[in-house]
Amino acid sequence: MSETLPEGVERREIDGRKRLATRGEAVYGEPTDGEWRAWDPDRSKLGAMIELGMDVGLSGGDRVLYLGAASGTTVSHVADFAGPTYAVEFAARPARDLLSVADSRPRLFPLLKDARKPETYAHVVEAGLDAVVQDVATRGQARVARLNRRFLADDGRLLLSVKARSEDVTRGPEAVFEEVLEELEEEYEVLERSRLDDYHDDHLGVVASPR
Amino acid sequence: MKESEGWFRDVEPGDLEGARAAITDGRADEPRDWPVAAVETGFAADTEEYYDALHGATLAATRAAVAEREAADDRRLIHMVRAMDDCRRLSNELAERLAEWGSSVDEGGTGVEYARTVVAGESGPADPAVRSLADRVVDLADEADRLEDDVERLAASVTPNLAALAGPVLAARLCSLAGGLETLAKKPSGTVQVLGAEDALFAHLRGQATSPKHGVIYTHDAVRGTRPEDRGSAARALAGKLSIAARIDHYSGDRRPELEADLAERIETIQARAGDGPEGDGHE
Ligand SMILES: C[S@@+](CC[C@H](N)C(=O)[O-])C[C@H]1O[C@@H](n2cnc3c(N)ncnc32)[C@H](O)[C@@H]1O
Repeated sequence: MSETLPEGVERREIDGRKRLATRGEAVYGEPTDGEWRAWDPDRSKLGAMIELGMDVGLSGGDRVLYLGAASGTTVSHVADFAGPTYAVEFAARPARDLLSVADSRPRLFPLLKDARKPETYAHVVEAGLDAVVQDVATRGQARVARLNRRFLADDGRLLLSVKARSEDVTRGPEAVFEEVLEELEEEYEVLERSRLDDYHDDHLGVVASPR
Repeated sequence: MKESEGWFRDVEPGDLEGARAAITDGRADEPRDWPVAAVETGFAADTEEYYDALHGATLAATRAAVAEREAADDRRLIHMVRAMDDCRRLSNELAERLAEWGSSVDEGGTGVEYARTVVAGESGPADPAVRSLADRVVDLADEADRLEDDVERLAASVTPNLAALAGPVLAARLCSLAGGLETLAKKPSGTVQVLGAEDALFAHLRGQATSPKHGVIYTHDAVRGTRPEDRGSAARALAGKLSIAARIDHYSGDRRPELEADLAERIETIQARAGDGPEGDGHE
């Protein structure tokens, strides 16, 4: 398999195992090797998407909007290899941890905002981004993706993780995924989709581009 | 009016407070290429300088917004647990009144459960006034249950370590008694140990009683499940761990699951004394 990892992401042997890794200050107790820190796909949906070989279209130095940054586990890796990275999170407690992650990363911009209200951060987040990464795990995941399409360049990518149980606990995950994708396709073209179950139960990874 | 200005429009370079307010309160309908716009309008010499300013501004804005939101969440938790306790107490009081009234006709019953059977039409007199009162009892009890669900959810996010150690409701009561998570975090653990036992404490200070061994933390299994002679030690150990948890929640916010294991081990040691004969320090 010839895979193209973004520049700044490598598969390196850390702790006796080949793992995805980026260069930056350690954040969540992940194993490190010199300046490289392991990117744990069990703790990161985007990490799982890359680990599973999905073509996420990132090349390194990209400009990124990250929705649902929580305490910064994944977005710390993104900021390690990407360019300007805007991190939106609406819960105060995890955002406090996100602040320390951003302290040591000069191109990571934390924002305590609601991803359902892009007009509250469109005066800060620039247009024409290379990627919107979304991991909000709440109801209405397709709607959040559609609302944030405005930040993407025409050839930009949406890298979406859909959590079935956040939409509906009573229905099977496949039925939920179909419904989310159908709504998504009104504004995006789905390029690739894959269950992330090896790392995250009942999650779907989606790569899409704006229509 | 369509808004389409960047956060930096009315901000002087270097004015961090202005930048913070603009990030927090500003809006725009559509994004633009802000770095380029900022250079064009002279806010920054180049995009690197713009991004440096943006980093400082977003850190300041988010830090302030986080602190403000946490304080608001705190107050909300306190109101919520107090309302829950009020609803519970009122519904119990009214349920007693209802049972007295209702049982003049059949055997009656007690408590909210009885009120539920009256509402369901399974017992009680046909008197509409009795049925209406039963409705109020059940409504209040249901409201208390809903508030308890909310308290559980909010306590787990406002004070995750304390909620894990004390249980979310006791965690919320401790915040309520102290007047906030911050004040709780600043109290010595000896004070946390007797929070909620203020009456007993003042009686003791007036020389009318022995000092109380525990306040509201009495409801915790670590105290209740320990034999009376050792409850003072258990309460002291528990209060110590709860104080640490409250401090972590206030000052850092990260989860420390090891606190639960620490507490369990301490309490196990204290409870094991029960088998070791009469020595122990339950007489303080
Ligand atoms: C599964 S966690 C994200 C984990 C994170 N992406 C990582 O891998 O490090 C989901 C996060 O989305 C946040 N969230 C949910 N709804 C949101 C919204 N409308 N706006 C912003 N953040 C939201 C939650 O507070 C939570 O922190």
